Amino acid sequence: MRYLFEPGLFSSSPALHALFLSAVVAAVSAVVGVYVILRSNSFSGHALTDVATTGGAGAAFVGFAPLVGFIGGALAGAGAIEVVGRDNAQHRDTATGLVLGAATGLSALFLYLTATNSTTTGVTQQVLFGSIFSVSTATIPVAALLAILIVGVMGLIARPLTLASLSPDIARAHGVPSRRLGVIFLVCTSVSVGLSAITLGSVLSTALIIGPAATALRLSKNIWRATLASVAIGIGACWAGIVIAYDSYYWHRSSQELPVSCCVVAVIVAFYGASSALRRLRSRHV
Amino acid sequence: MFSSFMLNAWEVGSVVALVAGLVGYFVVLRRAAFAAHAIPNGAFAGAAGASLIGQSTLLGLGVFSVLGGVAITLMGRRGRNDVATALVLVAMLGLGSAFLSQGTGYEGQLYGLLFGEILGVSSSSVVPVFILGACTCAIILALFRPLLLASTAPDLARAQGIRVQWLDMAFGVMLALTTTLTVPVVGALLMFPLMIGPPAAARICTKRPGAALALSAAFALVVLWVSLALAYQLNWPVGFFVGCGSALLYATVRVGTRLRAMSH
Repeated sequence: MRYLFEPGLFSSSPALHALFLSAVVAAVSAVVGVYVILRSNSFSGHALTDVATTGGAGAAFVGFAPLVGFIGGALAGAGAIEVVGRDNAQHRDTATGLVLGAATGLSALFLYLTATNSTTTGVTQQVLFGSIFSVSTATIPVAALLAILIVGVMGLIARPLTLASLSPDIARAHGVPSRRLGVIFLVCTSVSVGLSAITLGSVLSTALIIGPAATALRLSKNIWRATLASVAIGIGACWAGIVIAYDSYYWHRSSQELPVSCCVVAVIVAFYGASSALRRLRSRHV
Repeated sequence: MFSSFMLNAWEVGSVVALVAGLVGYFVVLRRAAFAAHAIPNGAFAGAAGASLIGQSTLLGLGVFSVLGGVAITLMGRRGRNDVATALVLVAMLGLGSAFLSQGTGYEGQLYGLLFGEILGVSSSSVVPVFILGACTCAIILALFRPLLLASTAPDLARAQGIRVQWLDMAFGVMLALTTTLTVPVVGALLMFPLMIGPPAAARICTKRPGAALALSAAFALVVLWVSLALAYQLNWPVGFFVGCGSALLYATVRVGTRLRAMSH
């Protein structure tokens, strides 16, 4: 054990906070992610993380709390995508692209103005890649509360949402309000994305939404089992990544630790690769 | 505004806009916006890696964007296209964050790679950009008809004996080339609006493919020229004007056509 976990991991409070917060965020992202993939919404799921980042950059410039900026940005982005893509669902892809483009333009401006107006350095890197070890402790209870809220709402709408995502026609015949469900789901996605973008940076936030859910959906076709597997994979990947990042400090002579986001992404991609291999093995046996 | 150091920016910017407008037409047609966003975004990791080992960033960008384009095309063949794109993107960005953490003093360069530094285009990058731009334009014009058919009606194209898989790959490589070309100029995050806004606006204006292609290139040129001029005057990042200008152009065209339809 001593060789696996370098000294001080479990007695350092930033590390413990990071482990807790990442588990919360990973669980929420994993639940939302299953439906993002079912609805083929990976692009908007990813775009929202970038739009959330714009909100974060804006908040940094105006001096608001980052959490407000991130979640507000994601919500505004979701609304804009919904409005632009409303008339033609086919061109949702283009609508997402347009909103994403405008948002990145805005973040360029905010980051530029923040960088020129203040003496703080590293804003760009902080906002884009985040660092879970430096999340303020005050954010943790808020994040946990929001997470519980999202999982609760997702639990309530899970059944009709599954139907509406997989077979819209049957859902319509049953009188399921697909549009309204879609909007509620989009709000849940935005809040969850805002949450993960602030704690993990926008890079990792996409990885946590798509990676675990894609892996889980390859392993099981049962939606409940897939959701559970997705949560387990998400939390597992986060923790493994954090431990690796923490340990990596001692690997190299330069004592330059690897960033958490890089380690977590590596674990997630490895999981996905393993699931592909597993599926191929299984199909050969049948 | 047309002093010698700005001249490079005008030249290179025009090539970039022309290519982005042309390639962007197919991006919108094929609903490949995600790939068009993912490849330049991920390729920025290549630039970070190249500067870490002391190679030219253009080389790093080229290698990573071609790898990314090929990976997205290959993985998208089996399984779901958008999931494959997302996974390739995060893998490349993860690598990028590792490269960034190992290098030092990278903040300004990072900002430049992400959001572009058109005012700092050096004379040495003008020639490679022109060559790459000419290559991309030649590929588009040579493949125009089969690519159009393969993008709109893949089954029909297959029935006519067109190798759709090869065309998909050619499109991926074309996106990669465009990326290599544009990232150093307008940045990883901002060449993307130039490939979406102008073509989407052009497709509203006309349904004829040839006309839409030309109009898309013209729109992209106008957006970039206006952005450059404003960036020079106001001293704000050019990416801001490119990003918001593209969206604004689309909104104007869309509202305009609707108003005209209503008045008829």
